[in-house]
Amino acid sequence: MGYILTKEGFDAVVDALKEQYRLYAPVLKKGEGRFTDTDVVRYDFVETAGQIELEKKSDYAFKELLTPLSETLFFFTEDAVKPADADLRPVIVFLRSCDLHAVKRLDQIYLANGKDRDWFYQRIRDCVRFALIGCGRTCADGFCVDMGSNRSTEGYMFSLDEVDGKILSDVKAPELEGLFAEKAERAGDVTPRYVTENSVRVSVPETVPNSIYKAGLWDEYSTRCIGCGRCNFVCPTCTCYTMQDVYYTDNGKVGERRRVASSCMVDGYTDVAGGGQYRKSCGERMRFKVLHKVYDYRRRFGYDMCVGCGRCDAVCPEYISFSACINKLDRAVKEAQSNG
Amino acid sequence: MGQDINVKKLKKNAFRYSKVRGETASRVRIPGGLVSAESMVRITQIAEKYGNGTIFVTNRQGVEIPGIRLEDMDAVNRELQFIIDDTGVNQQERDKGYPASGTRNVVACPGARLCPFGCYDTTAFARKMDQTIFPNNLHFKVAFTGCSNDCAKVRMNDFGVIGMTEPQYDPNRCVGCEQCVKYCKKRSVGALQAVNDKIVRDPDLCIGCGVCVAYCPTRAWTRSREHYFRLVLLGRTGKVNPRLAQDFIKWADEESILKIVKNAYAYVEEYIDKEAIEGKEHVGYIVDRTGFDEFVKWIMQDVQLPEKAEVASRLYWDGKRYDRSNNLK
Repeated sequence: MGYILTKEGFDAVVDALKEQYRLYAPVLKKGEGRFTDTDVVRYDFVETAGQIELEKKSDYAFKELLTPLSETLFFFTEDAVKPADADLRPVIVFLRSCDLHAVKRLDQIYLANGKDRDWFYQRIRDCVRFALIGCGRTCADGFCVDMGSNRSTEGYMFSLDEVDGKILSDVKAPELEGLFAEKAERAGDVTPRYVTENSVRVSVPETVPNSIYKAGLWDEYSTRCIGCGRCNFVCPTCTCYTMQDVYYTDNGKVGERRRVASSCMVDGYTDVAGGGQYRKSCGERMRFKVLHKVYDYRRRFGYDMCVGCGRCDAVCPEYISFSACINKLDRAVKEAQSNG
Repeated sequence: MGQDINVKKLKKNAFRYSKVRGETASRVRIPGGLVSAESMVRITQIAEKYGNGTIFVTNRQGVEIPGIRLEDMDAVNRELQFIIDDTGVNQQERDKGYPASGTRNVVACPGARLCPFGCYDTTAFARKMDQTIFPNNLHFKVAFTGCSNDCAKVRMNDFGVIGMTEPQYDPNRCVGCEQCVKYCKKRSVGALQAVNDKIVRDPDLCIGCGVCVAYCPTRAWTRSREHYFRLVLLGRTGKVNPRLAQDFIKWADEESILKIVKNAYAYVEEYIDKEAIEGKEHVGYIVDRTGFDEFVKWIMQDVQLPEKAEVASRLYWDGKRYDRSNNLK
């Protein structure tokens, strides 16, 4: 059922939701950008509707709730382990369609990749539901249309679009119908806005011949990329992590295990025993990442990992464009195929 | 016919005494080093109409328009009015050009308006400083630089201001990639180290350059809300004892710095060598004579530093002593 709300009406909805849910949404963080007096939009818990950033795309993705950048998993003593406490109160995450599609990728890796489900992920995931922020126009770097993530018709409790000073909501969760009906100006037909065209287009190759692994297209990235990993840390679909076992210094026999986000672009990611390193150059790392996002993952799970949100493009300090690389890959594949 | 020109007045009016008899150069002041394109057009027009069609870009971010005939100074002053208004320089009488030249143009690197490492709006602070201290005939050099790189070379000024940020660390956003450690070591002073996979900052070693913030990929490091400054004192170039300015205050605030520089004028008026040629003596040489404590007493008058500020109790300069020996054999 659709509802049209005044801003005050939506504020009242948020106030009511707060009694049952924590609200996790994109927030404009003043002065917390990379450079002096610049801002960053990243996710945080909010208390009011006004704190939610509805205009700008978040620089960092919502995934920090489901897969925290740094999370203590458990504490250990010499013969016992205790899982770390987690805040398991229900949460509503406000996100856009591309990100809602990314949730499927996170679930795939943590809950449906092999026979075991990730217990730590599962316990947070079970608390999380979603609110869809509509997209009235395309963002600058996104290519969601070509990646098929531009539209979501399910998987959210309600949607919100700010149009001409009103909030338009498509309510899917039956338990919220009463609340919206009470606070809304009126009921009406509401379809969450979505974009049908991006300024960025990508052409994802259907198959990639093995010869591409040695193709010259990756070479430029060995000098351009600084291996900082921002593209992975902001990506809503990247799931790689690494472990840190920390021994408390006063004792040395007790400590904690932390799981922290990792990146296939940073130093140390492919280090193995004996001092080996599978992908030394950033060109090789770029090859691995790009092929994983738009090919290898698909071979395993049947759909591409990349949702085309474009955050990696926007955050790269070296102006490396992931979407441009997909297109370079596509051209190289076509060339390889025409050469037989 | 001989020209009857008051050269002292000419110099104070920001015209240069030229080696070419009958000619002068107009010294255009550009506080903070940022000028509108329109003012640049006007400067060009003056150079074409009254000068010889060339413009010197000076070390202190002004420009000098050479080849102006002495009799055209009044006309040039009238044409300078647009630029003086546009650059926000204090003036006493309209259409009469610059009222002083002793206090030199206030220099600033591009700072946070342009540079990724700039820790504050250098141009804005430089303009504020210019508003506070100009016009004045005393010879003062003040410069602003955005970060510890000191691209503006503020350590060669009487008063140098270096931008600082106090890095804020959120361990919950830190993934232990140690890029901050690496870049702090390679691009700065190596004030960071990883302890138990989180980062520990040595607050005494940290110079507040913000390199860790710039290179952190997760926003675990962010800049402090406050902009801080390092104030360095009494550097100079010149014939007797050129030397680099030394650190006086760390984590200083804008208001205190404006007050300190303003206070220094009263000190110089009191203690300047009354026989100084054309009333020009570098502040540092006066301090060499009166002692540092007396100088501090004057400049710190009514200054309320923030609690965070660290003040050096005594400063030591070295530098080249041309007045002792120049024998390099």
